[in-house]
Amino acid sequence: MSDVVLEVDHLSLHYLSRFGEKFHAVRDVSFTVSKGEVLGIAGESGCGKSTLVSGLMGMCIPPLHVTSGDVRINGESLMNRSVEDVRANVLAQKISMIPQGAFNTLNPVRKIKDSAADVFYAHQKAGQRLSRAEINDRIFDRFDELGMETKRILNSYPIQLTAGERQRSVIGISTLLNPEIVIADEPTSALDVSTQKEVITMIFDLLNKGIFSSMIFITHELPLLYHVADDIAIMYKGQFVERGTSEQIVKNPQHDYTKMLMKAMVRCDYVK
Amino acid sequence: MSNENKPVVFHADNISKSFNAGKHLKVAVKNASFDIYDGDFVSIVGSSGCGKSVLAKMMLGLYPPTSGDFTYYGKPIANTKKHWNEVQSIFQDPFSCFNQFFSIRTQLEDARFILNPRPSRAEFAERVDAGLRAVNMEPNEIREKYPFELSGGQMQRMLIARAFALRPKVLIADEPTSMVDAHVRAGILDYLMKIKKELNMTVVFITHDISLANYVSNRIFIMHDGQIVNQGTPDEVLGTTTEPTTLKLLDDIPDVNKQEWIPNSHLARKAKIAENA
Amino acid sequence: MIKLLKNLMKSPMFVVGIAIFILSLLIAIFGPVFYNVDINARDIVAGPYAPSSSEHLLGTDHLGRDYVSLLIAGLRSSLYVGLIAGIIATTIGVFIGLFGGFRGGWIDEVLNMGTNLFIVIPQFVILVLISSAVKEGRSLTLIGLIIGLTSWSWSARSVRAQASSLRSRDHIALAKMNGDGNLKILIKHVLPYLLSYVFMVFIMQVSSGILSEASISMIGLGPLDSTSLGIILNQAKDNGALSDSIWIAFLPATLVITLTVFALYLINTSMEGVFNPRLRK
Repeated sequence: MSDVVLEVDHLSLHYLSRFGEKFHAVRDVSFTVSKGEVLGIAGESGCGKSTLVSGLMGMCIPPLHVTSGDVRINGESLMNRSVEDVRANVLAQKISMIPQGAFNTLNPVRKIKDSAADVFYAHQKAGQRLSRAEINDRIFDRFDELGMETKRILNSYPIQLTAGERQRSVIGISTLLNPEIVIADEPTSALDVSTQKEVITMIFDLLNKGIFSSMIFITHELPLLYHVADDIAIMYKGQFVERGTSEQIVKNPQHDYTKMLMKAMVRCDYVK
Repeated sequence: MSNENKPVVFHADNISKSFNAGKHLKVAVKNASFDIYDGDFVSIVGSSGCGKSVLAKMMLGLYPPTSGDFTYYGKPIANTKKHWNEVQSIFQDPFSCFNQFFSIRTQLEDARFILNPRPSRAEFAERVDAGLRAVNMEPNEIREKYPFELSGGQMQRMLIARAFALRPKVLIADEPTSMVDAHVRAGILDYLMKIKKELNMTVVFITHDISLANYVSNRIFIMHDGQIVNQGTPDEVLGTTTEPTTLKLLDDIPDVNKQEWIPNSHLARKAKIAENA
Repeated sequence: MIKLLKNLMKSPMFVVGIAIFILSLLIAIFGPVFYNVDINARDIVAGPYAPSSSEHLLGTDHLGRDYVSLLIAGLRSSLYVGLIAGIIATTIGVFIGLFGGFRGGWIDEVLNMGTNLFIVIPQFVILVLISSAVKEGRSLTLIGLIIGLTSWSWSARSVRAQASSLRSRDHIALAKMNGDGNLKILIKHVLPYLLSYVFMVFIMQVSSGILSEASISMIGLGPLDSTSLGIILNQAKDNGALSDSIWIAFLPATLVITLTVFALYLINTSMEGVFNPRLRK
C-alpha cells in the first residue's frame, strides 16, 4: 500500500457569485489514495462532495475556483491547467468518473457502442489512430470480459435497457481506457437494492481484474460504504472530520457527526 | 394483532392492470388479492418494475383496474374529489411533481382546496409550516423558492410536508424518502409513524428497501413481476420465509452485520486473508 | 410580467427586433399624418418612374404615384394581413393541439391525422386555388382569413407535442388531487408551460402570413381592395420594371418585407431564452 496514486494536498475550493461573494465549498482537504485502495467518502447533500469531485478531476470551471492546494495523480499536478488540457490528457486515461444518473450521461439517440467509441475518438493521439473495427473489437472484448450480454446491450439505445444495464454500460464505458483511479459519485443511489448489488459486484469485478487500481466511492449510505471501502472519510461542511478504516468508522465512530450518522441508520434484524 | 374486527379500507379481489405498450400488452399488476385494514401501516416491497407504483396509482383512483374488484370502504374506487379528500399520496418522482411556474409555497398551500371542510388559508399555512419543520426544512427559507432551485431530496421532503399538512385518512407514500439523505430518513419515518398514530391514519408505504419496511410497518406485501408473492406481518414475511423474492431482497441489503455482502469485495478478501493467516 | 419584460430588454436581439417592429407599426399607422401624399394622385408632370425629388422622396411608379405613400399603405396592409392570419392560425392550432394532446385517446388520433393531412397538402397551391376561385370579393381580410385557415397545422403540431408530454407529468396528477378541475388544470398547469410556445408560434405565423400574402399578390392573386407590399411588386412586374431593370420599383418593397419579417424572427429567437424560468434564473 505504498504507491500513492492520488494525492490531495490542502485543497480548498470556492464558488464566486456574480456579486463577488465567495462561498467556500471545500476547506483544506488533504488525503491520499494508494494503489489498490478504495476510499469511501460519506456526507450529506450539500456538504461539498460533488464540488470535491470537480476539483479532483481538475474541472474547476467558473464559478468554481481553486483557493489553494494541489491535486496530483501519479505525481502530476492537475492545478493551473486548462480544462481542455485536462480533458484531453488526464480524464478517462488516468482518472475517470462514474456518475449517478446513467440517463443523463448516455446520449439517448446513439447506440451504446457508439457512445463507447466516442471515448476512443476523444482521446486519440496523432500517430496512433485506431480504425472503427479495432475500436469495436476492444469494446466488445471489454464488455465480454465483464460478463454482460454484449451483443444485445451494445446494439441497444439507452431507452431499451433497464436501469441496471444502463448503469453497468456507463461503468464499462468510463473505464474503457483503463484509468488509474475511478471516482464513483453515488453510482447506485437511483437504483433498487438488487440492482445496486449487481452494479457494485461489477465494479469490484473491474477492480479485481486490474482494469483500474484504486477508487473513491462517494455515497451517503454508510452500510454500503462499509462493504465497499477500505477507508472511510466523513465529510461535513466542506471538511474531512474523520477518517479511519471502515471497521473503525462503523463500529467505533469518534466524531459526533459520525456518531449521529450511525445512530440514524435504519437497520433490520432479519438481515443476517 | 388481529385484524378481523377492523373495517377494511382497501379490498382487492383478483385485480389486474395492463397497459398498451405498442403492439403488445404490458401487464403491470397480475391477479392481486389483498385487504388493507383501518389503521394499518402496510409496506409494499419489490424491485423496480414489479408493479408497486402502478398499484399505488390504482389505490388513488388514477388508474382503473383492467379486471377484478377493487374497493375502498366497500365502494369501487373512483377518481373523484371525495376520494382524494380522504386518500392522498406522496409521488415517487419529485422532479415532475411541481409546476415550475409557481413558487413551491403556493403549490403546497393549494392542497387545501381538496379538503372538506376547507381550512382557512392562515390555518392551512400553519399546518404546512409544521409539516416543513417536521421534515427538517425551515419554512422561511423556502418561502419564495421555485422548484428548480431545490434538490431532489428537498422537493421530496416538500411532498411529505404536503401530505402531513393534509392529514389524510389514508396516505399512499411511494418511495417517499428515496432521494433524502440517509441520516434524515429515519427522522422523517419516525415523524410519519408518530402522526399516523395520532391521526389513526392508514398508510401504504412503497419501497424497495426491506429494512425500511420492517422499521415502519405492521404488515408487508412482497411483489414480484406484478404479483404479490408474500404477505403478512414482518415476522411472518421476513422471519422464517422460504419465498425466493423475499430471500433475495433480504440478501441484497448491505448491512453492517453481514460478513460477505459481495463475494469479491474488499471486506470479503480481508476476511479470507485473516482466515489464511 | 414586468420581470419578464426587463429580462427581455436585456437581450440585444430582442431590443433590435422590437425596435424595428414598433417602428414599422408606427409608420404603418401614423405614416400618412407626416407624409401626406394621396396614393391615388397621379403626378403627370413628373411622369412615370420619376426620380426622387423633394416632392416624391423615392420618386414615382409607372402611373406617377408617389412611392413612399404607396409603401406606407402597403406596409399597413401587409401587417394587417399578417396579424389576421397569425391570430386565426394560432387560435386554431393551439385549440386543436391542446385539446388533442391533453385529452389523448381516439380524439387525439383523429385530430392528429387531420393535422398531418394539412401538413402534407402544399399550402401555397391551396392558397392559389382558393384565391383564384373567389374573383370579385377578394379583399384584404379575406386573403388573411384564407392564409390563416391553411397554415395552422404547424402550430397545432408543436403545441400537441408539448401538451402530450405534459400529460404524464405527476404535477398534473397532483393538481387533480388538489381538487383542481380540468379547466383550471389546463389554465394553471398546462398553459404556462406552453405560453412561450404559443407566443413564438404566433410570431412565426404572422411573419409567414406576411410572406404568403406577398407571394400570392406578386403572382397577381392578391387583394383587389387595397395596396399591399406584394401588390406593389406585382404591378412593378406587370409594367415592365423587370425588363427595364428599374430597381427602385422592387427594392424598397422587398426591403420593407424583409426587415419586418426579420424583426419578428429576432423577437421570436430572443424569447426562447427568456421565457423558460430555468434559463432565466
